[in-house]
Amino acid sequence: MAAGGKAGPKSPSKPRAVPGPGPLAHGWLVLYNIVLTAGWIAVLYVYIVHVLNNPSPPEVYSGIYDSVEVVLKVFQSLALLEIVHAALGIVPSNVLLTAFQVFSRVFLLWGVAHPFKEAQTSLGMSLCIAAWTITEIIRYSFYTFALLKMKPYVLQWCRYTFFIVLYPIGVSGELLAIYSALTPAAEQKAFSLEMPNPLNFSFYYHYFLVGGMLTYIPVFPQLYFHMVRQRRKIIGGVTKVVKKE
Amino acid sequence: MEIEILHAKSGKQITRLDHVDNYSTVLDLKKWIYKQFPRYYPARQSLRLEPKGRNLSDEETVRSLDLRVGDRKLYLRDLGPQIGWKTVFLCEYAGPIFAYLLFYLRPAFIYGVTKTKTHPVVHIAFACWTFHYVKRVLETQFVHRFSHGTMPIRNIFKNCTYYWGFAAFVAYYINHPLYTPPAYGDLQVYPALAGFVINELGNLSIHLAFMNMRPPGTKTRSIPYPTGNPFTSLFSLVSCPNYTYEVGSWVCFTVMTQCFPALLFTIAGFYQMTLWAIGKHRNYLKEFSNYPRSRKPIIPFLL
Repeated sequence: MAAGGKAGPKSPSKPRAVPGPGPLAHGWLVLYNIVLTAGWIAVLYVYIVHVLNNPSPPEVYSGIYDSVEVVLKVFQSLALLEIVHAALGIVPSNVLLTAFQVFSRVFLLWGVAHPFKEAQTSLGMSLCIAAWTITEIIRYSFYTFALLKMKPYVLQWCRYTFFIVLYPIGVSGELLAIYSALTPAAEQKAFSLEMPNPLNFSFYYHYFLVGGMLTYIPVFPQLYFHMVRQRRKIIGGVTKVVKKE
Repeated sequence: MEIEILHAKSGKQITRLDHVDNYSTVLDLKKWIYKQFPRYYPARQSLRLEPKGRNLSDEETVRSLDLRVGDRKLYLRDLGPQIGWKTVFLCEYAGPIFAYLLFYLRPAFIYGVTKTKTHPVVHIAFACWTFHYVKRVLETQFVHRFSHGTMPIRNIFKNCTYYWGFAAFVAYYINHPLYTPPAYGDLQVYPALAGFVINELGNLSIHLAFMNMRPPGTKTRSIPYPTGNPFTSLFSLVSCPNYTYEVGSWVCFTVMTQCFPALLFTIAGFYQMTLWAIGKHRNYLKEFSNYPRSRKPIIPFLL
């Protein structure tokens, strides 16, 4: 789901159908990716500092969100721009796929973590933030180099290898975090609408969250094995390290 | 003459048809293939000149295909198990009638035991909904003249899920014991009801007009023009006034019931019908060089 993130925009399986960004767009994209790499490194820094200062459970994980909250919110929310990039065609990614991935992260952050303290302090939250952070640092730095016409094999290898472990960790974290939000969501009737009302409609947020959790069942395996196939294609068990471009 | 039939996917020969003459039709060829391979009934076959070429229509003759001597071959693609359009339509449209009725009866297992009075609009909505789908069933049986006989079988699951699912979604809320009647009361309900009826009549008029444009048993296509029926004057403005009226019906139904799920249903239908209308409009433009350029696909002057 959101955790892996590498089955994402600019996945090399999509051949460039557009001629590529013009010089202005190119410059913007380089700036964007540098800023986001730096942002997620900042998240990592705050994360590590927190862990070092609070080595014992439960604070070691329950206080993570509180420490990284601002930086995380800023840089994860900025990812919404990637939908615009795809829509404008300055990156060769599919708009719908990009939107789906960005929204699922943004939803977890603003729809699960932000409203519910129980989710913020859950073990799941600290796990998925860790997975997101490592993934995004590798992803954005990879794109930065790619835009500058460099493709360091090390980064490519990391991108297509780390997911094997990070993706399941991230997904587990996300599911645990959503699970922690279920009871408070039901008790508070958060974001819910009950009958009677002039719209003649009802919406129960905690059922919506349960539905969300269920969607991981069909979606996660597909995304995971897509990455596995990508890995085979791109660095596919090749022992020779060929540095191209 | 002899024609080779090859598999569109593998290129391998499936069979050779002999005793074919210039006046044999594509349908005749399909029937001969079917005789040799009982699995491949004609509706399931797509014959084309190239593996990925255009599907040849059943009425085309061998002569019109202009096959070169010594190189007479056609490619066969299996469209998969097929189901008749009529069958699919009847199934899709019957579901909503029964689903809505189920909720209208306010069964205890759905709503619990309830004693609330029902506002008149709930009865009117039931009548409108049922009328709409009964009309559709009757049109499927007696009015529509289909271009294609069949569609892939998986469509029936997709389509029924859509129709039955939305029927339950809309019916659940309108028939709910805690349903809130429209904010402007009768001033909202009765004009919307009138609009609904007008749009239903309009939609029916267009369907009848299409029926009259196509002789029974044929697949004739011609440019539609307004007839004596004033509802058909919409043809001067749009290619698919049947869809225009249908959207109109559902907008009126939504206003009449003031129900958000009905709005969602209206939007979903509008989206799908717009896609269909754009496709049909393009086909008209391609097929008829004298097609009136001022017409729009579905919404006069706009879309």
